[in-house]
Amino acid sequence: MGDFAEAFHTAGRLILERDPQLIAIVLLSLRVSLSAVALATLIGLPLGALLALARFPGRAGVVVLLNACMGFPPVIAGLVLYLLLSRAGPLGSWGLLFTPAAMVIAQCGLVTPIIAAITRQLVEDLWAEHREQLKSLGAGRVRAAATLLWDVRLSLGTAVLAGFGRASAEVGAIIIVGGNISGVTRTMTTAIALETSKGDLSLAMALGLVLLTLALGVNSAAEIAGQALRRSAG
Amino acid sequence: MHGSPSILPLRLEHLAFAAGRERLIDGITARLDAGPRTVILGHNGAGKSLLLRLCHGLLAPSEGRVLWSEHGLGSEWVRRRQAMVFQHPVVLRRSARANVTYGLALAGVSLRERRRQAEKALAEVGLAALADRPARALSGGERQRLALARAWALHPEVLLLDEPTASLDPAATRAVETVIAAFDMAGTKIIMTTHDLSQARRLADEVLFLHKGRLLEHAPAREFFERPRTPEGRAYIAGDLSW
Repeated sequence: MGDFAEAFHTAGRLILERDPQLIAIVLLSLRVSLSAVALATLIGLPLGALLALARFPGRAGVVVLLNACMGFPPVIAGLVLYLLLSRAGPLGSWGLLFTPAAMVIAQCGLVTPIIAAITRQLVEDLWAEHREQLKSLGAGRVRAAATLLWDVRLSLGTAVLAGFGRASAEVGAIIIVGGNISGVTRTMTTAIALETSKGDLSLAMALGLVLLTLALGVNSAAEIAGQALRRSAG
Repeated sequence: MHGSPSILPLRLEHLAFAAGRERLIDGITARLDAGPRTVILGHNGAGKSLLLRLCHGLLAPSEGRVLWSEHGLGSEWVRRRQAMVFQHPVVLRRSARANVTYGLALAGVSLRERRRQAEKALAEVGLAALADRPARALSGGERQRLALARAWALHPEVLLLDEPTASLDPAATRAVETVIAAFDMAGTKIIMTTHDLSQARRLADEVLFLHKGRLLEHAPAREFFERPRTPEGRAYIAGDLSW
């Protein structure tokens, strides 16, 4: 139990001292994960809604694949992106390896399936209810997808939060494409992995506490925003 | 009320609809003209709702044709001249007014016109005071009137109604029937299904009686109710009296 007590102590000290290194790590973590989730939301919402209404041969296979991708191993995602971005890789000329941008791309790839898959299910359920009415009013598939996406807006927050949970907790992908370079690509999770391997367990644990607090903060903010939205939408 | 050429008469030619081996609509041929309020009667499973959906183009027939005037269902113009109201009105998660303007937007009405026409339509069905309410918070009867307002705003030449009062209480039913009568007065052709015989007696000018997917009688309402020609028709009306 001594480790835990020390961890709380260290965490408190780091926060109270406003350790600049810690602040840099926290800000980078937030920047990377929030950018990845924002990007994944822009891609995942329309993708999920369109897939919900689209009918084509092999659709069932695409849905299964998308659902399976919610559990895509981050390490493999990181490895694939590493191969693409490495100097000899097809996208090597972009020079993105070991930059925050590469980390955003990696997390976006992991989060998009989560947001798209949950959106697909929500919109498809609603489509069953609204299909005839929307067809009767003359809405095409794309228009109907947009309409239903707006109609489930109150539930989509959960999809986005699930995506944020995935991004903020993930270490496998960003440690590979980011490289865990101090001051450049070191985030909460990669720092925890590093301190643990160095044997500084209380610092690792302290960083973990800060990460948990941040996650709680983001989810609380989302809940407050959701309640305000619910009040206005009825 | 309707400037452009009419989509009526509606002609059904040897119309059939099959699900698997079962022929749920079987060889229906009929002609529906502008004017009389048409009520489609029959037991549950007779094919009433299917027939409406085939007419509206929500389902494609297995055999035969649906012709509005001379045109098939593919024509955008034909679709725009019709509106349909369903047994369970589905409303979008937005205000009552926005549900009406949504239909107008799909019909290509300009942004400025939409609001004005929506207000008029909501007033017509008695929902003007509830225009800003979230549609999902309305009662079943109010939702059905909202669906009617959405249809009203589109000025359809033909209004198809599928059991519009089946899940409503008597007061809400009366309100809906009043709006249907207003459509009729404004020159909109009414084609509706119901299993409520007293409602059919109140609203029908002509009756289509379906039995097991077949059209057994197509007659003026009085004639059907007083002298049904088929044993199935007689049994159907007698069943009503014994209830």
